[in-house]
Amino acid sequence: MTTAAIDPSLSGTTTPSASVQWSAFGALLLRDALVVWKTRWAFLLRTIMQPLLFVFVFGYVFPKIGQGIGGSAGQAQFSTLLGPGLIAVAIIFQGIQSVALPMVQEFGYTREIEDRVMAPVPVWAVGAEKIASGALQSLFAAFVVLPFVYLVPSTPVHFSFNWPVLITIVPLSCLLAGALGLTVGTRVEPRQVPLIFSVLVLPMTMLGAAYYPWTSLGAIPWLKAAVLINPLVYMCEGMRMGMTNIPHMNAFAIYGAIIGFTVALTWIGIGGFRNRVLT
Amino acid sequence: MASEAPNAATGPPPAPSPVTAITGTEVIRCIGLTKQFPGRGGAPSVKAVDNLDLAVRKGEIFGLLGPNGAGKTTTVGMLTTRVIPTSGQAIVGDIDVVAEPALAKQLIGVVPQVNTLDRSLTVFENLYFHGRYFGMGAKASRAAANELLERFKLRDRAKADTLTLSGGMAQRVMVARAILHKPAILFLDEPTAGLDPQSRIALWEVVQDLHAQGQTILLTTHYMEEADQLCDRVAIMDHGKILALDTADGLKGSIGADTEIALQADGDLDALAKLLEAGDTVTRTQVTGNVLRAYLRGSAHGALPRLIASADDAGFSITDVSVTEPTLETVFISLTGKELRE
Ligand SMILES: Nc1ncnc2c1ncn2[C@@H]1O[C@H](COP(=O)(O)OP(=O)(O)OP(=O)(O)O)[C@@H](O)[C@H]1O
Ligand SMILES: [Mg+2]
Repeated sequence: MTTAAIDPSLSGTTTPSASVQWSAFGALLLRDALVVWKTRWAFLLRTIMQPLLFVFVFGYVFPKIGQGIGGSAGQAQFSTLLGPGLIAVAIIFQGIQSVALPMVQEFGYTREIEDRVMAPVPVWAVGAEKIASGALQSLFAAFVVLPFVYLVPSTPVHFSFNWPVLITIVPLSCLLAGALGLTVGTRVEPRQVPLIFSVLVLPMTMLGAAYYPWTSLGAIPWLKAAVLINPLVYMCEGMRMGMTNIPHMNAFAIYGAIIGFTVALTWIGIGGFRNRVLT
Repeated sequence: MASEAPNAATGPPPAPSPVTAITGTEVIRCIGLTKQFPGRGGAPSVKAVDNLDLAVRKGEIFGLLGPNGAGKTTTVGMLTTRVIPTSGQAIVGDIDVVAEPALAKQLIGVVPQVNTLDRSLTVFENLYFHGRYFGMGAKASRAAANELLERFKLRDRAKADTLTLSGGMAQRVMVARAILHKPAILFLDEPTAGLDPQSRIALWEVVQDLHAQGQTILLTTHYMEEADQLCDRVAIMDHGKILALDTADGLKGSIGADTEIALQADGDLDALAKLLEAGDTVTRTQVTGNVLRAYLRGSAHGALPRLIASADDAGFSITDVSVTEPTLETVFISLTGKELRE
């Protein structure tokens, strides 16, 4: 029998130890990283499948069978504008997949998040860790998708990277995705999961300027205005600004909206997390 | 403050340490603790915990005994930062739980009522990461996890998926996880609910072992045997209130009887109760449902035939008799007029 002495002293812990809190945060991230590693094939499959099929059908098959979009000049343009859109979709998708869906299960019936909630950090920090973890997975997804959108199309893809834009837009978009995941994950019941896709993900992506530039919506003014409530619009436009020379929405509007949505969703998501954890 | 001599080690049950031997400070305090859940959808609001005052001493196993819905989990929830009190104070160590939840969490280990093992991780990883969440280094956490697996006889399950564990094993893993960071106070919410008798005894041994090392433990239960055999002191709880608080022996002594005779009979039990009380053998009676309990001083020898005869004479036909010493169930019944388990 071992003799792990139980520390009977209860005093001396009257100051919150910042180092304990940071290492707890790091450990929570490490746990999520291990889970991703254990499910790496599923992670890759769910990340790659949608953009791969999309870019294959619209960027490779359509031009080959002459069912192109916008003639041959428009064709090349289409493959170029599709790439950034698909990357943005992959980012937002990952936020739902990696944060919202597990959280719905954990709060719904497995209760397995319980132990992490008991870690000696404020509850909001556990929620914030979920956002960070989701953001990292989204970032990873973006890198995974990039070669596909570049290599698969049968028509030329003209990317021209604007690095200052990319290294700001991509991480911000990933945070936005993580925060969206937390917001959804703390507000949806397990039986509503199928609705996440039909009511949220599908409209968001189809109407998110992923497959067409927002600027080209001028012909349908009401739609051009209506889609502005969709954060994916700004992410797609931002990605286009960072990866192509295709005309895009005003840069201030893009940054302002992405930052605004990120802050708002972080606020709502962490509030929702607190409500689910504390009664 | 410096360490204090842990409570005298306990042997196999039943051997609760005498309460008088505990001279430690109070490490859990509830002061006027109240939780009112708002009613949903027109339902009336529920006062789950009602103005609760409670003090648990360092090194003791303290039992909260009560039926379903008594407010045990809610009380534990408030003490472990998860339920925000409507009013009153909850203090662990010298930390106000509501004001400083992150700090309070450093002091406590919790085994909740339901299985909360991380299903994405193995048994070992559950323990290992728990240590990391509490700021332990990789090496220390690994060592502690391995040591606890050994100690709780879970070594060969280290790499197992948590979903493959039996209920008893899962419960032991949860206890191991809760104590891995060496909390000052351990909360066990119905630790043996749903376990078979063997697993229950195995878990009791684990708890007694921790107790022998000086671990302060607050456990909730609706098994009177568990409260009786395991706890230094027991609070009987119902409807969010503590009805009585003492050692198990003290509580049983409060009945003022040495023997309990539970009778089932055809006919009006209340009338039978009156009849029995009129004699000089029975000091008290209690009718719950179709059972009449008669309490006597001294043993049942001699008294039992006389009771049955007098019932017979009065025209009652007794269909079942059982003789026991008063239990905590007896205490509960005499306090509430209903049985502990429905
Ligand atoms: N989140 C909640 N919202 C509303 N009412 C609640 C909530 N949690 C508990 N209650 C109510 O509070 C009362 C006490 O519940 P609690 O879970 O604390 O009892 P318990 O003693 O732990 O019971 P059990 O033995 O069934 O675990 C019950 O009436 C319960 O319905
Ligand atoms: Mg309970």
